[in-house]
Amino acid sequence: MMKKLFSAPFIIFILVGTLIPMGVVAYYGLTDRTGAFTVENLLAVFSGDHLKALMLSLLLSLTATLLCLIMAFPLALILKNSKIGKKGFMIFIFILPMWMNFVLRTMAWQVLLEKNGMLGFLGIINTPVAVVLGMVYDYLPFMVLPVYNAMARIDDSLIEAAYDLGASRNTVLSKVILPLTVPGIVSGITMVFVPSLTTFAISNMLGGGKVNLIGNIIEQEFTTASNWNLGSGLSLVMMVFIVISMAFMGKFDKNGEGTMI
Amino acid sequence: MAKDTTLIQMKDISKSYDGEIVLDEFDLNIRENEFITLLGPSGCGKTTTLRILGGFTKPDTGKVIFEGTDITDMPANKRPLNTVFQKYSLFPHMNVAENIAFGLRISGKSAAYINDKIKYALKLVNLAGYENRAVTSLSGGQQQRIAIARAIVNEPRVLLLDEPLGALDLKLRQEMQYELIRLKNELGITFVYVTHDQEEALTMSDTVVVMNKGYIQQMGTPEQIYNEPENAFVADFIGDSNIFDGIMIEDRVVEICGHKFPCVDEGFGRNKPVDVVIRPEDIIIGKPGQGMIDGVVTSNVFIGVHYEMCVEAGGSEWLCQNTRSFPVGTEVSLNVEPENIQIMNKPQSEDEEAISLEEVLGEEQQEE
Repeated sequence: MMKKLFSAPFIIFILVGTLIPMGVVAYYGLTDRTGAFTVENLLAVFSGDHLKALMLSLLLSLTATLLCLIMAFPLALILKNSKIGKKGFMIFIFILPMWMNFVLRTMAWQVLLEKNGMLGFLGIINTPVAVVLGMVYDYLPFMVLPVYNAMARIDDSLIEAAYDLGASRNTVLSKVILPLTVPGIVSGITMVFVPSLTTFAISNMLGGGKVNLIGNIIEQEFTTASNWNLGSGLSLVMMVFIVISMAFMGKFDKNGEGTMI
Repeated sequence: MAKDTTLIQMKDISKSYDGEIVLDEFDLNIRENEFITLLGPSGCGKTTTLRILGGFTKPDTGKVIFEGTDITDMPANKRPLNTVFQKYSLFPHMNVAENIAFGLRISGKSAAYINDKIKYALKLVNLAGYENRAVTSLSGGQQQRIAIARAIVNEPRVLLLDEPLGALDLKLRQEMQYELIRLKNELGITFVYVTHDQEEALTMSDTVVVMNKGYIQQMGTPEQIYNEPENAFVADFIGDSNIFDGIMIEDRVVEICGHKFPCVDEGFGRNKPVDVVIRPEDIIIGKPGQGMIDGVVTSNVFIGVHYEMCVEAGGSEWLCQNTRSFPVGTEVSLNVEPENIQIMNKPQSEDEEAISLEEVLGEEQQEE
């Protein structure tokens, strides 16, 4: 009984903060303005603008995820092979941005990339490139940590055993290190892909209203358009994507590296 | 069994970590087909020696010569030897067959050859039919056998084993010891075995190398190491022993605890202080007055095969083992056959140090 009592604050929090709102979203998403049941709000995702925004979201978030992975894997490899003191410092450097508010960080990029900004000459502000840059910058630590975690768990003697059996550096990397890092990679992919897919803040700030992602559409339905039913319906569709990637993660990440963050 | 051809020579090997010397001008010859064991307490440099042989650690100075070729700078993946690691180190993402095939696939062997080899190796380690098992589902002993199978399919000239039985329970360890001896005889390859377990070393080896603090203390057959320890460290490390301060009165007579004992050693000089080693099982317990020295039993513990008793005699404790029990308080006499008294020089006597390697001398004294 006592144990249940102690968990009460959390249960209430989940109930009030997550389950009930989700129910409300589901209600709005499956009804029209009059309150009658409809699936139109869900099917609206296939309409021209929405579909375009969804496809762009998928494209940009997948690009960002891939870029994060390309950067995180070698970085994790370097971290694994560095000395303890140096390792701690490097991890600290990479975690440091995570302690700053993410809106603030994105805004900093906005200032840098602006026409008169330090990096204005790049001319990428208000383009999908800037949005991808923002996604990579904001979510890279979420890729580095699980990948590094998985890699750090690989016992050095496994790598020595592979060398002992005649493996070259490349073989050790592809046959031992990479396969054993897969759970971390999958976690990292999910943790970068899901928030990138649903972001509206990054695209608002770095896209300047010209890059419309599905997150922006949903946001607009709730704010400017005041169409909560459509906004909720589109949110439900997004939830399906998230559930799919969670399932994908659960399949590979049996050791729970993703839960480290 | 062991041929007299040198396979590997380690010459003047020194290695230190962060200023701490692990191996100092270390020399070792490994002969073809021998089962050689590096034995010593933790930190004695035995694992470092093995890692230098395997190519995982580079010596600061010195050379490793394999059949006349200098392989000091050869990376681990090019060396004609394979290692069985302490923690087995099987690849957890591969099944048993894939683990065993790892080395063969790298060397580009045909699928049929690899299959035959897997079957052969599994049969050799008594795990036939385990091809498709996940390695994580195997017990410690089974994992160790797979690790051995994975190493031997590559037909290495030398198999390096780093405390491979350390994680197993006593019964399994003894079984695996016989298994390893059988394997060695069937395969006819050289085994270099590292352990801190003296029983393991004595049971399996052709040659035992007792190491301490980066130096070889004694090298010889198990019988030589046990029966004729060259210094107090070896005597103390290998089995139980009584080590007394004695005085060599003259040839064949040594004084221990104020009593003169006949012995078989000569050439120590007259009235010279020496270390005297007597194994507990070599002490004959008799009625008072019948032996060389009288004493009283102060403790008595039954440890399975025999009773282990402490006898207070001549101001010293004598550790005795006997199948007959003498209760605490019993007055007894002690006797030792002359050939069971082992006389060793005190380490101070520089020019007469028992250790054959001259360079060990200086350091030896500092340690004592």
